[in-house]
Amino acid sequence: MRYAETGFDLEVDLTRGNIERVVTDPELTKLYLGGLGTNAKILWDRVPPEVEPFSPENLLIFSTGLLVGTPAVGCNRTIVSTISPQTGLMAYSMMGGFFAPELKYAGYDKLIIRGQSPDLVYLWIHDDKVEIRDASHLRGKGSLEAAEMIRQELDDPKVQIASIGLAGENRVWFASIEQGRSSASRGGIGAVMGDKGLKAIAVRGTGDVHVARPAEFIEMCNEVMQYIQKRNENPIPGVMPILAGLGSPQEMAIHDEKWHTENFAWGNSRTRRKGFWTEEVEKDWTGTMESMRTRLVSCHNCPMKCGATISIPGRPTYMMKCFSKLTYTMAAMSDLEFGLNIAQAATEYGVDAFSAPQVMAFALELYENGILTDDDLPDFPEDNEERFFWLLDRIVRREGIGDALANGTYWAAEEIGKGAHEYAHNNIKKHEQLPLKLGMLNPIYFLMYSTGEKINITQIEGNFPQAPFVTREEREEFCKDWVQVPDERFKEWFLDWELRGEKSIPHYPGIEATCEIVNWQEQMHYIDDATGMCAGLSSFPLKPPYHIHNLPTFISAATGMELDEERLTQIAKRIRNLVRAFNIRRGMRKKDEKPPEDHWKRRFPELEAELLDSYYRFKGWNEQGIPTQESLNDLSLGFVAEEFLERGILQDDDSGEVTARVEP
Amino acid sequence: MKIGKKTKTVKTIRIDVDKCNGCRACEVICSAFHATPKYSSNNPERARIRVIHYPLRDLYVPVYAGEYAAAECAGRDKYTIDGKEYDECAFCRASCPSRDVFKEPDSGLPLKCDMCESDPTLSEPMCVQWCLADALIYEEREEEVEEGETQEEIEIGLKAMAHKFGWQKVLDAAARMSNKD
Repeated sequence: MRYAETGFDLEVDLTRGNIERVVTDPELTKLYLGGLGTNAKILWDRVPPEVEPFSPENLLIFSTGLLVGTPAVGCNRTIVSTISPQTGLMAYSMMGGFFAPELKYAGYDKLIIRGQSPDLVYLWIHDDKVEIRDASHLRGKGSLEAAEMIRQELDDPKVQIASIGLAGENRVWFASIEQGRSSASRGGIGAVMGDKGLKAIAVRGTGDVHVARPAEFIEMCNEVMQYIQKRNENPIPGVMPILAGLGSPQEMAIHDEKWHTENFAWGNSRTRRKGFWTEEVEKDWTGTMESMRTRLVSCHNCPMKCGATISIPGRPTYMMKCFSKLTYTMAAMSDLEFGLNIAQAATEYGVDAFSAPQVMAFALELYENGILTDDDLPDFPEDNEERFFWLLDRIVRREGIGDALANGTYWAAEEIGKGAHEYAHNNIKKHEQLPLKLGMLNPIYFLMYSTGEKINITQIEGNFPQAPFVTREEREEFCKDWVQVPDERFKEWFLDWELRGEKSIPHYPGIEATCEIVNWQEQMHYIDDATGMCAGLSSFPLKPPYHIHNLPTFISAATGMELDEERLTQIAKRIRNLVRAFNIRRGMRKKDEKPPEDHWKRRFPELEAELLDSYYRFKGWNEQGIPTQESLNDLSLGFVAEEFLERGILQDDDSGEVTARVEP
Repeated sequence: MKIGKKTKTVKTIRIDVDKCNGCRACEVICSAFHATPKYSSNNPERARIRVIHYPLRDLYVPVYAGEYAAAECAGRDKYTIDGKEYDECAFCRASCPSRDVFKEPDSGLPLKCDMCESDPTLSEPMCVQWCLADALIYEEREEEVEEGETQEEIEIGLKAMAHKFGWQKVLDAAARMSNKD
């Protein structure tokens, strides 16, 4: 009997049209849980570094998290893993919504896609019945539009659908996979789906998911529910409204955007606008949101309402969440009404709402500085907002200059030349980042930006406050019920952390504390990405219901695995190192691990070098950021060490033979 | 059968469709509560409450299962409320041939909400407890009713089987299966 998981993967080869239901090895669950963990293992085993993102050998894996489909509150994530066309590294974008639970009810833990279909197709999974269906009539359709057409075709409103728009079909390197309420956007995974000739996946499941120790498990679920209610009624004082509660930042519900609009950078991630948030702007934007937002909506089995249905007169209805509310607005130096309008078009086209606006603002900056000319942009509109729609249309069709821009700012700059790379200034590992330009180096964020394998800050930061609280009294108050910390040292570091003076950034928290804090936050994300728990109830917000002290019992009660904090920590470490190993095998090294040059005005090269070296040592990695033979062996990743030695990535360091080899 | 008047506690769930956020936690916890052993498995398809939802039309209607209906309605109307068009079925609690909700996925037998009847009694049905959006509100009221025999769950099931296969087949099957044991 398998608990929490189904014990089956669905393997689909689109080249041959072959469909197989494959029993999975329960030993892998013990080693890697599920979700990102087992995805990483499959990619390591089956996708060697020679494989190009756009090739039949690249896998596109849609995985449920280990606890998805159980009553675990907020556990609904689909973890999509493949090789990113933009970074050449592992992309593991994720989405909430309803897709993963439905896949699990259909009887599968993962859907693993390989090959390439000669014609555009969609996949229809109805429990044991799986069909590859013609999708030629869906070519060019919007992501939501196509999903609605499929739903009507299948005549079942309960079908859950993940689909791509025009951007995915045309292999735009920041194309997303859309699912109505949610999307998996980062890393260009929509382009890989398009390359495989797969327009959509429709799934409907009517089977059971079992848990091992029901009474214990449900009691914990009930406690989580009660805690969420209590936490919703008691936001954390002293932090900005969007960080005071649980869930993903409550962008759809909260109108106060002073923090984002004045601290994040506008345009091509250039300008900070102090004093922007006036009463007049607030009134205007609040009016826009209230008139267009019809309902706050949730993901599967979660009481938080992080998303919203947006209905704009004259446009089809769509759904939105989180910071995509402002990315287009701020890139275009415009207002919320424009932002919500263009986001509708962008959602149907299926593009990442972090990368797409920045690519367009980048193009505009190139034009303003004479690097792109009227010859490159024929019939470019005069009006600023029309220009953004014009660019978006060309990017998703790869028309004219849109073809270069469709690869993102790094690669577009390579192609355009003429000094364009100076304008592609906000990337890490060739991937567009949040538009943030700040003053003083922050050691915690420095390490997270440099070493985060997700290459996206919001998926690494989390449980430790982003900034010190002003008074010691406030800090003491905060620490009173801060049960989520791994140990008391974290409270000490926070209590002593000041806004100014000796105990402030960049030198405080000190190097050891910084390593520990970054490691803790990252570890919680890796656990979530394996269980399918939404970061919004776990690794992302302050004082979440799930934490390192209750997760081991929680996972154990659901799965029957023997687990304690130490073992869970070890598993998270194993997953984290395997993801890194995969990227190392694809060529990632220390030189790639750095935030954008201009992320902070005040940089401290010596301190930064020391931070990075110390963190590498802390993690058991060598001076290039490569996990050492010894640490790989300790994590039962001997097979990685062996391949690293064979490929000359590691030299035999005489620290012993390759032992503890686990290769199920 | 005795016929008389008696006071009965009527348990209801008041549904506020404006507050529903479509999370379907009600379906999850309902199916888990009714699993055997309790909470050992979970499958919204077995839930006795379903959220009838069309997100892009902004329709979210939680409906909990009522009586079994052997035949579908002759006419099905459409209602426009606040500018949104609803099928009559969106509000209907019946397990009926016109749709696949409120049927056990294995047997096809009808499901009916029992307000989480259990020993000890719960303060509120689980779906209400898990609806933090307050779209589901539990209420009890006293009502004077005609006294009659309470129909046990097994009878509801048997009647449905008889409708589907005819009494003779059901009796034959029961006789055959009890002999085997």
